[in-house]
Amino acid sequence: MEDPAARSDRAQGRVEVRNTTCYMCACRCGIRVTLRDGEVRHIEGNPDHPHNQGVICAKGASGIMKQYSPARLTKPLLRKEGAERGSSEFEEISWERAFEIMEERLGRIRREDPKRFALFTGRDQMQALTGLFAKQFGTPNYAAHGGFCSVNMAAGLIYTIGGSFWEFGGPDLDRAKLFVMIGTAEDHDSNPLKIAISKFKRRGGRFISINPVRTGYSAIADEWVPIKPGTDGALLLAIIHELINTGLYDRDFLVQYTNAAELVIDDPGREDHGLFKRVEMHVEEGCFDPQNKLWWDRELNIAMGTHTPGCDPRLLGEFELEDGTPVKPAFQLLKERVEDYTPEWAEGITGIPADTIRRLAHEMGVTARDQKIELPIQWTDCWDNDHDTVTGNPVAFHAMRGLAAHSNGFQAIRALGILMTLLGTIDRPGGFRHKAPFPRPIPPCPKPPKGPEDVQPETPLNGMPLGWPASPDDLFVDEVGEPVRIDKAFSWEYPLSVHGLMHNAITNAWRGDPYRIDTLMLFMANMAWNSAMNTGEIRRMLTDRDENGEYRIPFLIVCDAFASETVAFADLVLPDTTYLERHDVMSLLDRPISEYSGPVDSVRIPVVEPTGECKPFQEVLIELGSRLKLPAFVDEEGNRKFRDYPDFIVNYETSPGSGIGFLAGWRGKGGEKFLKGEPNPRQWEMYARNNCVFHYELPRSYQYMRNWNRGYLEWARAHGMTRYAEPITLHLYSEVLQKFRLAAQGKWPGKQPPERLRKRVEQYFDPLPFYHETLESRLVDTQAYPLNALTQRPMAMYHSWDSQNAWLRQIHTHNYLFVNPRTGRASGFEDGDWIWVESPHGKVRCMARFSNAVEPGTVWTWNAIGKAAGAWGLSPRANESQKGFLLNHLISEELPPCESGEHLSNSDPVTGQAAWFDVRVRLYKAGDDEPATSWPQFEPQRPLPGQTFRKPRWQAYVAGRFGRIFRRNR
Amino acid sequence: MHPAFSVIFLTTLIGVGQGLFLALVTGQVYSLANLLQPQDSVRFYAQGSLLALLFLVAGLVASVFHLGRPERAWRAAARWRTSWLSREVIVLPLFMALVALYGGLHWLGWTEPWFQVKGVIPVDATLVVGVLGALAAFALFGCTAMIYASLKFIEEWHSPFTLVNFTLFGIASGFMLAAAFSAWSGTDLVAFYGTWAVIFTLAAGVGRLLSLRRNARLQHKSDLQSAIGVRHNRIEQKAQGFMGGAFNTREFFHGRPAAVVKGVRLFFLVAVFVLPPLLLGASHWLASPWLPMAAFVMQYLGLVAERWYFFAEARHPQNLYYQSMA
Amino acid sequence: MTQLALVIDLNVCVGCHACVTSCKEWQTSGWAGPLTDVRPYDKDPSGTFFNRVQTFEVGEFPNTETVHFPKSCLHCEEPPCVPVCPTGASYKREEDGIVLVDYDKCIGCKYCSWACPYGARELDEKQKVMKKCTLCVDRIYDESLPESERKPACVLACPTSARLFGDVHDPDSEVSVAIRENGGYQLMPEWGTRPANHYLPRRKTRIQIFEDELVRADNPLRKEAPLPAAEGDTLDDVAF
Ligand SMILES: Nc1nc2c(c(=O)[nH]1)N[C@H]1C(S)=C(S)[C@@H](COP(=O)(O)OP(=O)(O)OC[C@H]3O[C@@H](n4cnc5c(=O)[nH]c(N)nc54)[C@H](O)[C@@H]3O)O[C@H]1N2
Ligand SMILES: Nc1nc2c(c(=O)[nH]1)N[C@H]1C(S)=C(S)[C@@H](COP(=O)(O)OP(=O)(O)OC[C@H]3O[C@@H](n4cnc5c(=O)[nH]c(N)nc54)[C@H](O)[C@@H]3O)O[C@H]1N2
Ligand code: SF4
Ligand code: SF4
Ligand code: SF4
Ligand code: SF4
Ligand code: SF4
Ligand SMILES: [Mo]
Repeated sequence: MEDPAARSDRAQGRVEVRNTTCYMCACRCGIRVTLRDGEVRHIEGNPDHPHNQGVICAKGASGIMKQYSPARLTKPLLRKEGAERGSSEFEEISWERAFEIMEERLGRIRREDPKRFALFTGRDQMQALTGLFAKQFGTPNYAAHGGFCSVNMAAGLIYTIGGSFWEFGGPDLDRAKLFVMIGTAEDHDSNPLKIAISKFKRRGGRFISINPVRTGYSAIADEWVPIKPGTDGALLLAIIHELINTGLYDRDFLVQYTNAAELVIDDPGREDHGLFKRVEMHVEEGCFDPQNKLWWDRELNIAMGTHTPGCDPRLLGEFELEDGTPVKPAFQLLKERVEDYTPEWAEGITGIPADTIRRLAHEMGVTARDQKIELPIQWTDCWDNDHDTVTGNPVAFHAMRGLAAHSNGFQAIRALGILMTLLGTIDRPGGFRHKAPFPRPIPPCPKPPKGPEDVQPETPLNGMPLGWPASPDDLFVDEVGEPVRIDKAFSWEYPLSVHGLMHNAITNAWRGDPYRIDTLMLFMANMAWNSAMNTGEIRRMLTDRDENGEYRIPFLIVCDAFASETVAFADLVLPDTTYLERHDVMSLLDRPISEYSGPVDSVRIPVVEPTGECKPFQEVLIELGSRLKLPAFVDEEGNRKFRDYPDFIVNYETSPGSGIGFLAGWRGKGGEKFLKGEPNPRQWEMYARNNCVFHYELPRSYQYMRNWNRGYLEWARAHGMTRYAEPITLHLYSEVLQKFRLAAQGKWPGKQPPERLRKRVEQYFDPLPFYHETLESRLVDTQAYPLNALTQRPMAMYHSWDSQNAWLRQIHTHNYLFVNPRTGRASGFEDGDWIWVESPHGKVRCMARFSNAVEPGTVWTWNAIGKAAGAWGLSPRANESQKGFLLNHLISEELPPCESGEHLSNSDPVTGQAAWFDVRVRLYKAGDDEPATSWPQFEPQRPLPGQTFRKPRWQAYVAGRFGRIFRRNR
Repeated sequence: MHPAFSVIFLTTLIGVGQGLFLALVTGQVYSLANLLQPQDSVRFYAQGSLLALLFLVAGLVASVFHLGRPERAWRAAARWRTSWLSREVIVLPLFMALVALYGGLHWLGWTEPWFQVKGVIPVDATLVVGVLGALAAFALFGCTAMIYASLKFIEEWHSPFTLVNFTLFGIASGFMLAAAFSAWSGTDLVAFYGTWAVIFTLAAGVGRLLSLRRNARLQHKSDLQSAIGVRHNRIEQKAQGFMGGAFNTREFFHGRPAAVVKGVRLFFLVAVFVLPPLLLGASHWLASPWLPMAAFVMQYLGLVAERWYFFAEARHPQNLYYQSMA
Repeated sequence: MTQLALVIDLNVCVGCHACVTSCKEWQTSGWAGPLTDVRPYDKDPSGTFFNRVQTFEVGEFPNTETVHFPKSCLHCEEPPCVPVCPTGASYKREEDGIVLVDYDKCIGCKYCSWACPYGARELDEKQKVMKKCTLCVDRIYDESLPESERKPACVLACPTSARLFGDVHDPDSEVSVAIRENGGYQLMPEWGTRPANHYLPRRKTRIQIFEDELVRADNPLRKEAPLPAAEGDTLDDVAF
């Protein structure tokens, strides 16, 4: 063989190297793609990219097998005349035909009743564009994955600290000394998180993981704290109890930066009970949380305006104002709230010994207090105090769906926010850090529409399809308090459902509750499989017909890149490009990849030609928007405004002349401006030249304490990131929630909940965090279903979409249910046995794998490894469908009927967050005579026209030769 | 280890060939020393050599199936200084050449004595080639056995027993074949070869039982603790990194239930060590030419099973890394 | 003499498999490629990989450690796989100690794989030659790559930088220092193969909190105690 040490790979074939952004997952790392003779040679992390700093992950490095996957869709498809929906019988059509069909149908809907068009998008990254399209179309029925993903995380923390984990902020592991990770397996920012955790550990930081399961990140934790699922609220409240009782909280921080010292009216008889005592003061128009509140001065023993210079307020006590109003500082109310939440109490609920809980509290409190960080950074707060240094308490947290995906998650996450606040770790070094555009006001300004009148034919929606209610009056309900949206978001059932409830869209549309729709468009969402709860039933609903023989959901458009389970149910299939084939933006209008140090946005630039007739969905929307003459896409004469998507990205402005568009970098005529500035015709080139990423690094003095950092807040306002420069006080006590509770109690002058929901709203809208069992556990027999069933993200698979990847599927070919040996043996089976897993809603047959890394009350499996036979370009005999299983069959999208109603979503009652992890199950051994295959099974999906379906016995990929090898092989 | 049929046939077939050749030479030496009737050169030695050669060729053919790239097999002689496999690759053709030469000389009748040893034993070309061939046969037993015995971390194999067993099995089966061949060719050596065959078979049986006992008591040096370097007496694998199988799970595991392995052991113990002596004994009484042939066939089948078991029994330390998937 | 090797830090490896597929990706179109996949879209997909990540559980609940364990060829200093090879296809490079297979010479006899106690070699199901980790020998000397990228693909990929690469014979190299300072060890030392690759064990950080740290003078609760109110007589009331 030739001497490998003398060989240069770059001398093989015609080599090109291009930068773009990965989309094997939503982490969005910068990648460098090397092509050889036009085929992808290799994909590596871009070392010059701030996000992933050159590293890549298992998925990212398998991009080749996605690009050349046999599951690729390559032709627009229309369900054959007379063919049953779901039978995968399609004819190839032209794009022109596809556009005509959509133009005709959507045009009619828009003229008649725009809400009969629903657009739901899954794990996409272009909600800014899809949301804009929906709003322009005039339909309120738009949402993305947030509601079934982690909206509890977003809402719970944003309503508390004005920012959140997920893609909005994170732990500052560069400076933390103690890191507590709760309920996280992989998360979106997976590569940056891995980089950070490893550096943190190497520096000698202490890492504690609280999780019923020990895998992945938790594996390398210094301590694993196994917890019973759905009980973190109890743990966090007990830690808060201990911190308050031992005085291990950052008093100065609480006083200055939170509403802990602010006086709350404490008179249950009054209409304004539980609201802050407000005084006359100038308040900026539209500001939700003005500074017109009171403190109780320690020295003078009287009430004073907050932040009065020299005033040191009391945090504890009860007082009477001059007008006789009884008041208490919010902190006093918190202390009273957690009085009974002792570590011993929590032990019984969480399964964590009380001593451990106390020790955790002490580790957090003492580390925060005694290991203070001081950085020589001058800054000025909103009250004009100059600070010579930025200080921090080095205890960092991270949490994700382990907290979020439970129906008590919102309150548990509020408790986490409050715990982080007590420790004084918000936007300070070593603690939680925001990422632009956060922090935002509590709650952020955009509001949903207010009622049915905001939806009008041929008119854009009056309001944002998704927004942040600040009071009952912001709800999107009709005159009797019932929902306007198909998913019932922003109704009294789930008032703060800031990301919608995509998981109920199909069931509601099928039932016609609140109404029936005409066309459902799904983009990048596998709703007939892993993003459906109750998957089997959902698949039935998609093919169900009404009395007239019409499909109950008359028309289904699916835009996908692969032959997913959902594509089989489409009436019209739009073949999308892959991430290597299209322009894309990760915009500040959406969820950018900002760094703690400042805003970052990024783009994708095609590195290979689209396959077959694939067309980017972005282009589809621009084309449709132009054809339907949606105002944002056409000029006054109704002529198309944008040539194509790249043109749209460069020239679109949020309002004429606003200077704000999808991309923040290189704005202004010559690219000399950032964040705000006129369109720059050469913006794409400039991104291309700069690793496809724009990173604006804030001055150091603007990088911390941003909730109260005058310089930062004014800068943010000046650059169009926020509307106000008011300080963003942390909501230890949530007045917003109290307003909803008052409404439920009939004490609110505005919108009132329907009778059946009064109790529910009153109970769950507690201004202080409290612990309650998950809704499912309250309504089902937990004796009969003694176990919690969970899923986790495998690091080497992205949801359902990587089984088509020849390399990744070798790592996870099928899945097992992981069971603690104690639990397994007690249920009568052994490691490797076929078993039944049964919930009150359904059952699946699968294989068990014993594991000592799971708490005995919990069973779990890797998410979405199980597939429907024949989907994803796989043989119907593939392990994914024959041995793999999907846990979703066990999870109901609706709660059992209860006093609050019959068809309530299986979701958090505050936010509508899908409660994936609430499901209770029991296990038993499958009969020896039963087939050794998973159950349920579905009729194998047939290959689609245009799908480059091939089933080679072997394949050997070599860039520049792949096609030839295949041809020889076919 | 995964018992590969190519290797099973290679080792058993050439073993028979080697043993048969040794039997022929032994017979010749005996008859030269006047302890046996001299045999017809062509009918017995030449045909016997041909038979031995047939087995050797069959073994060689089987071995080709073991190679991924048989067209390059010639390259395998390159590393005789370090590789027992390379040595086998050299010795096997050498031996085959000697067998062919031996048979050829007999066939051509070049049996004119060159000189006499001690005045009584006439040494002719066939005897010289025969002795050289015998040495080569032993060398070949050594090479073949050392291929396995030299792998120190396959501890079931890494023992003198491997050498002893390979040699004795080859000789026993070769003598068994010689007996059958005598019976078939109607020569009067059935009893002679049969007796020796029984003796070698019993010796091989003792060797094999001892090695079975040794292997059953074997304490493997490697365990999961040393394999991954974690000190704990409770380590369990959960995932091996892939789920659809790989070279590591195909090459080093027999993949059969324990009951099958045990059954094979019982079968080969009976088929190799018990039945053939009984059949030979019976042939002595019944004077049937078929029984020695049946004895050989039985023993050969038993040997195939024995070799299968030899592989199946060997636990490769790499298997510590491939015990469970998820 | 140089002995290049990987040092794998189990203390930070999260088992993400980035090293697995980045290796496959680099190698399949590289000098040692292709790395064939068998039944890629069918039942029991299988394929040639040079590096695998395994998972072990140590101990019993709740004292369980989950150990992610990447394994590729360890480039032994006394590689048993080399002398047994009848063709000389397997060889250890003098200049840097990398153990390689020359596919043009290999006859696919698998003997070397039997001779490797670690299961580090894989026969390619289509090419029928023995394959294994090359330590990315076709990258690390490629002068058309920037210096910082002349490292194995898996090392560059690893998000936790759990994979260090360098000369274990140079006492001052990053890898030697890591081995020395963090208790680096070899796999199955009992066979005398002297693997060049080393592993770094788990290291735990603990915090000790003393009782008296909880009851300090600066405890903020003291600020909340109600001011002691004067009750009954005081000296002010009675003394002159
Ligand atoms: N590789 C890969 N990366 C992904 C994805 C993927 O599919 N693959 N998906 C992306 C998406 S859309 C999302 S939303 C994120 C989600 O990222 P994660 O939030 O990390 O997602 P999950 O895997 O659902 O992890 C939930 C974790 O919470 C634990 N858990 C469950 N219930 C409880 C509980 O009650 N208490 C505690 N303390 N822990 C609990 C589970 O054991 C699990 O470890 O990941 C993103 N990143
Ligand atoms: N049991 C259980 N179920 C869960 C979860 C759980 O933890 N447990 N997690 C939930 C969560 S957090 C989420 S976010 C959802 C995710 O649920 P989905 O968003 O429905 O899931 P994905 O599998 O990511 O699939 C989206 C679709 O996008 C397609 N796709 C991939 N790339 C492209 C592209 O470039 N263009 C287009 N047009 N399509 C593309 C894929 O082929 C796939 O069909 O799953 C939810 N489901
Ligand atoms: S983490 Fe996600 S975006 Fe980053 S390389 Fe992996 S798949 Fe690509
Ligand atoms: S890439 Fe690094 S962290 Fe991931 S499995 Fe490999 S060694 Fe471990
Ligand atoms: S690990 Fe195995 S293949 Fe690699 S050098 Fe050592 S013995 Fe040879
Ligand atoms: S398989 Fe190839 S490399 Fe291995 S011993 Fe045989 S010839 Fe040598
Ligand atoms: S050094 Fe190269 S060949 Fe070896 S495991 Fe790493 S990437 Fe694969
Ligand atoms: Mo998600």
